[in-house]
Amino acid sequence: MQIYLPIAEMSVDVFLLLALGGGVGFLSGLFGVGGGFLMTPLLIFIGIPPAVAVATEANQIVASSVSGVLAHWRRGNVDFKMGLILTIGGFIGSSLGVLLFSFLRDIGQIDLVIRLSYVFFLGIIGALMLVESVRAMRRRIAPASAGRQKLHKHTWVHGLPMKIRFHRSKLYISALLPLSIGFLVGVLAAIMGVGGGFIMVPAMIYLLGMPTVIVVGTSLFQIIFVTANVTFLQAYANQTVDVVLALLLLTGAVIGAQLGAKAGAKLHGEQLRGLLAIMVLGVCGKMLYDLLATPSAIYSLGIGH
Amino acid sequence: MIRVATRAFCVLMLVASGFGPARAAQAPLVADLSEHLVAITTGFAGADVLLFGATDAEGDVVVVVRGPSRPVTLHRKGRVLGIWANTASKYFSRAPSFYAVAASRPLEDLVGQPELDRHEIGLEHLKLEMPLAKASENVAMRWREALISAHEEAKLYQDVVGRVAFLGNRLFRAEFHLPANVPTGRYQVQVFLIRDQRVQSAQTTPLIVSKIGVQAEVFDFAHQRSALYGIIAIAVALFAGWLGNAVFRKA
Repeated sequence: MQIYLPIAEMSVDVFLLLALGGGVGFLSGLFGVGGGFLMTPLLIFIGIPPAVAVATEANQIVASSVSGVLAHWRRGNVDFKMGLILTIGGFIGSSLGVLLFSFLRDIGQIDLVIRLSYVFFLGIIGALMLVESVRAMRRRIAPASAGRQKLHKHTWVHGLPMKIRFHRSKLYISALLPLSIGFLVGVLAAIMGVGGGFIMVPAMIYLLGMPTVIVVGTSLFQIIFVTANVTFLQAYANQTVDVVLALLLLTGAVIGAQLGAKAGAKLHGEQLRGLLAIMVLGVCGKMLYDLLATPSAIYSLGIGH
Repeated sequence: MIRVATRAFCVLMLVASGFGPARAAQAPLVADLSEHLVAITTGFAGADVLLFGATDAEGDVVVVVRGPSRPVTLHRKGRVLGIWANTASKYFSRAPSFYAVAASRPLEDLVGQPELDRHEIGLEHLKLEMPLAKASENVAMRWREALISAHEEAKLYQDVVGRVAFLGNRLFRAEFHLPANVPTGRYQVQVFLIRDQRVQSAQTTPLIVSKIGVQAEVFDFAHQRSALYGIIAIAVALFAGWLGNAVFRKA
């Protein structure tokens, strides 16, 4: 059954969209990730204009993050103070990102930048995760002698000004650090059509040193505001948010995520991370292939200037 | 489609019997469309438009369908450090957003090049305004051809000349397909009557392609009240997220 998407201005099979939403939802439930980094490329692959895919996916991530954060909130796993500071950085970053997006679209380079960003960030994150999970699996087989570990390492980062105490995260660090992480992820969220959890989560663990248990909840909390900001700005400045598309994806995603979460409970953490790493590298590889392979058409149409 | 064809056939019979000849005595050419409005609704997956008409005596007929003109930027990819990127672009101030031709005989047998140029019949005779090329005419020609083939790729320009079918000597019909990605706006359907290698008579009929119903409302709302649209999109997402969580918790 075909449905005409009013903003994307094309007709797509309803069941294809529901299946996409369900499939990506299942994986995001399974791995505990947002799924934007899978959905946006898939939407582009099926022919949705990149500008519409990125903006609409931001809208969908608002919903899936709300759904996810409520569960974490009930368990008290959200550091609101940290979330607020990340959000401030994210607001500035994503606003700038939307401006940058419009500019790149006008000069005809947005497709290239989207693909390059995917190749670069997914490549790094995927490789790191793969190495990490292989190591973890080895460690499980041959447990190393448990040495005493320090709670925090002291580095130059702790010498930065504007120090703030984060009780929930048991941290006393400079606000500049979460501000700039929020900023960077905000820019990427706007350009890549993702929530940015796949960068935010490792950054919170390794750069900020937050306890793992509150990382996901806090990340989801700030993603709601950043993607809401992207949704608003894209809708306002570029009119590229397709609510019909977002609703269809969302319906599939909500159901898929529940099934995925159940399936995920049966797998080991490091196996999950290994699988996720392979998937991340898969998307990265496809994007890289598209950049390197001779395109089917050398010329492409851009409407307007 | 069958319904439309049947209706059109009835009209054709009407034109043939009585009413037609009386009109045709004054006008050498009469033609009309099966519908003047192509409505893009929720289930829209392209549409067929039927044109039918009559001539006052024997002659050939050419039909041209043109979408509203719009500015277009054409990008060309090139290799930079092994990566394919847009390396050059050209701005065309106006190009038809849709273009299709149908004729009762091959165009080159019907009428000379100057006539084709004057009436912009056939893709190679389209006037495509582009900034004066600093480079040679050759380069400008290549951009022009690329613009046309990019439109053909998107199914917006038809690369083959369609058929105008005659029923008897004077009644004719032609069919056009508008793909699902057809641009909206006011189209022009031009019908030319050709005799002795020249255009003897012409008629232009408008065709409106428009979003209708929910589709139109969502589109207009997104463009006219963008800020409110954005806020509603966020509110819908917040509610859907909460609903998903609430339903799941109970289950």
